[in-house]
Amino acid sequence: MRYDYHTRYRHGFALLRHRSDWIAYGLLALVLLAIPLFASTYLVGELGYVLILCVASMGLMVLTGFTGQVSLGHASFVAIGAYAHAWLMAQGVPFALSMPLAGLIAAAAGLVVGIPAIRVSGLYLAMVTLAFAIVVEQIIGMWRGVTGGFMGMLVETPRLMGYSLGAPRVFYYVCLFVAALVLLALANLMRSGIGRAFTGVRDSEAAAFSLGIEVNRVKIYAFGLSAGITGLAGALMAHHIGYLTPDAFTLLLSLDLVLMVVIGGIGSLRGAILGAVLISLLPNAVSALKALLPESVARQSGLEIFVAGLVLALFVLFEPTGLNGRWLKLRLLVETFPLYRRDTFRRQKAYMKSERNR
Amino acid sequence: MNTGLEILAQVTVNGIAVGAIYALVAMGIVLIHKATEVLNFAHGDLLVLSAFSAWALIHHAGLPFWLVLPLVGLGIGALAYGLDAVVVRRIAGQPQFAGVMLTIALAFMIRGAVSMGFGTESQSYDTPWSGQTTDLLGVAVADLSLVIMGVVLLIAAGLWLFFGKTRLGVAMQAASQNQLAAHLNGVSVKRLNSLVWALAGVTAAIAGIFLAPLSLVDTSLWLITLKALAAIVLGGFGSLPGAVIGGLLIGLIEQYAGVYLPDGSRDIAPYVVLIVVLILRPRGILGEAHGRRV
Amino acid sequence: MTARDTLLELDQVALHFGGLAAISDLSMTVHPGEVLAVIGPNGAGKTSMLNLVTRVFDATRGRILFKGQDIAALPRARIAHLGIARTFQNIELFDAASVLDNLLLGRHRFGAGAWWQQVLRTSALTRAEEAHREKVEEIIEFLELSAWRNARVAGLPYGVRKIVELGRALCSEPDVLFLDEPASGLNPEETRDLAFWIDDIRSDLGITVVMIEHDMALVGAVADRVICMAQGRVLAQGTAAQVQAHPDVIAAYLGT
Ligand SMILES: Nc1ncnc2c1ncn2[C@@H]1O[C@H](COP(=O)(O)OP(=O)(O)OP(=O)(O)O)[C@@H](O)[C@H]1O
Ligand SMILES: [Mg+2]
Repeated sequence: MRYDYHTRYRHGFALLRHRSDWIAYGLLALVLLAIPLFASTYLVGELGYVLILCVASMGLMVLTGFTGQVSLGHASFVAIGAYAHAWLMAQGVPFALSMPLAGLIAAAAGLVVGIPAIRVSGLYLAMVTLAFAIVVEQIIGMWRGVTGGFMGMLVETPRLMGYSLGAPRVFYYVCLFVAALVLLALANLMRSGIGRAFTGVRDSEAAAFSLGIEVNRVKIYAFGLSAGITGLAGALMAHHIGYLTPDAFTLLLSLDLVLMVVIGGIGSLRGAILGAVLISLLPNAVSALKALLPESVARQSGLEIFVAGLVLALFVLFEPTGLNGRWLKLRLLVETFPLYRRDTFRRQKAYMKSERNR
Repeated sequence: MNTGLEILAQVTVNGIAVGAIYALVAMGIVLIHKATEVLNFAHGDLLVLSAFSAWALIHHAGLPFWLVLPLVGLGIGALAYGLDAVVVRRIAGQPQFAGVMLTIALAFMIRGAVSMGFGTESQSYDTPWSGQTTDLLGVAVADLSLVIMGVVLLIAAGLWLFFGKTRLGVAMQAASQNQLAAHLNGVSVKRLNSLVWALAGVTAAIAGIFLAPLSLVDTSLWLITLKALAAIVLGGFGSLPGAVIGGLLIGLIEQYAGVYLPDGSRDIAPYVVLIVVLILRPRGILGEAHGRRV
Repeated sequence: MTARDTLLELDQVALHFGGLAAISDLSMTVHPGEVLAVIGPNGAGKTSMLNLVTRVFDATRGRILFKGQDIAALPRARIAHLGIARTFQNIELFDAASVLDNLLLGRHRFGAGAWWQQVLRTSALTRAEEAHREKVEEIIEFLELSAWRNARVAGLPYGVRKIVELGRALCSEPDVLFLDEPASGLNPEETRDLAFWIDDIRSDLGITVVMIEHDMALVGAVADRVICMAQGRVLAQGTAAQVQAHPDVIAAYLGT
């Protein structure tokens, strides 16, 4: 069992509070840095993709997990980031400048979508984001001059100071760098005033107003921030795909992102990452599973989506706090062994709280 | 030679025909949402399952259309009842988001199961009205479309009678207004909710069986959920008349945009209208505004 | 009475919901340093009055003056910055957050650093956070909440949640604190503690308290002055005993 003794408040604020945290996260960092040295090129490429999805999932977590605004259309911001980045690079803007610019362009789009969020919430907002994503997907298809339409658009090789970053092993480090940067920035933000304001708006708008929080502004900013980070992921995604077409950014990607934050655990960055890892590895797991199944079942193509649905359903029903919740329970179990009590986390019976009038 | 007016009439009739289907799907979703506050994203997939089941029964079992209709209707109704009783009921009282997630999960599972069970190829089957048209005030209308409009009208009227006049319907209404009070008055809210799911399932089945021959029997039919959701939001959530009006509007907007606006706008027009309407009237066209009390 | 004696003044205020007049022609003043109790039967418009002051609703008519400034048209989020804090009749806490974070949110109006400072977590920001934390710890000690400091609000007993909400309002160091039925749902011991706290809030922290309350024992114990509302207007005011003996008040409570 370990206790929190802090002699100063700042020790209580720290991201890593215990020596065991330092060791665990240090090891993780080492492993992540070392992977390209021994893993196959294919695996490194896949892991780079997982990192990209982690960034996107953290982006959506800012919005859905921290401010409670559901977006069913975040693929649109991935798309905007990807196309903006590819277009800027095609105009000769250097990679290192084009990346943040793409993020900013996506953020601007997010601010625009955020404006209706002042007026509508809940399911209405989910519908606005869904509609926005459908519109964006179609516009990309129609706007041939810039996006290449349905024919697609080639993405140039990323270069930094004359060196190519295009090789999977090198690009992996780019992804790792961006993911780490985003994680650190968000972790800091979420334990400061802005993060608190986000959760305040999520849990009670009335109380947030009464404490002087500009609820509307916070909501819009959250949209901008979320879209910007997701756009950054889109810019990375552009290089991963290499050739952009609108059908890489459909509703299914939006739903995948939602799956990640829900399965990971609403309201935690760790959850966003765990969820992204699980969902992006799911297809691989399913193909491994297929090898074990009888030929007639394995040949069918619906298995992936069925398993994804099953996993989501099981989490919603039995572990609403997601992988992060599971993780916290496991950690507590280890730390307090043998004193752990099952009902520490027992859910309180919730009464029917209508959301009709929100 | 077609005059502008004739084109307008033709497009309007098409819009109403398509809109009627949207209205039917929207009504099914509204039924469930009103009773349980769950927004059923799996509705379109129930529709897909119905279409494939009907195809299999007609083609493989050789059953006549008239037998397939009630069979599939009852089967999907029973399935929907089961979905609520076994799965969805468990999250009663949790935030709306949980319901959205759970029904999306169910949608994925149904869609996956359909692909595994019936294959991924598109199919088609004939109805007694396939390939025939009727001349209506100078506009050629497919008989199937006329039948669909009639069926939707019938169902809407039936639901109206059911909720206004029958004991069960009134009980359902009461339960959806105030679940606790209904429970205290001895109404079995859980069973009622499952029955509402069953009813919605039947409407999904009918929509699927009639819609599929118009296009194709294909898993992409689930996308109609999106149009129906747009219709519901336009209509102001939670009212059956709103769903019907919203559905017709979406159908008309789509058809008009397809003819009178540039290429590609047909697919986005309903959603653009949806966004604009929500910004101007956050509670939809028929919705009433009210905030939460503190 | 001179203008200096008035902290908050409602001047012929009205609030209509469609055809329903929740408040009609309400005039009242709050004096600095007092504990004012507002009583009245259900539906009298007490909460609506508070919602008008905190800008949840737009007044249909009338002026609301705080320290001489008309606040009836200010944005809702400005109110806290003027030094007005409140609790809610049906507890509005940040359920998924810890008690500590709830209380820290009470400090919102004193600023939390620029966004880039927060992203970089500069040392200036850490120092500012420490200062907020220190103030929050004072309140935690004052309200004896230390046992719950890191607990999630959602799982706390009702009585504790009410106190946390009070604490959150105190963290914003207001000039006037509105409490909407602070004692409802509390047991007798908790209510007694509350009485002491309200007294201390006024005398030690120097905060003016306006308390909407049904519990006449509590009102009699802590209130300097009592206003009785009915049907959206002031029916009677004075000491607790005077108001309770007022024939109109008795009639209003008997529902005639
Ligand atoms: N948001 C609203 N919309 C419509 N009517 C409202 C709203 N809020 C309050 N009312 C009405 O205004 C009147 C006054 O309500 P209010 O909540 O202010 O009463 P109260 O004195 O606080 O009563 P209680 O002691 O029950 O809390 C009531 O008739 C109530 O129904
Ligand atoms: Mg009240």
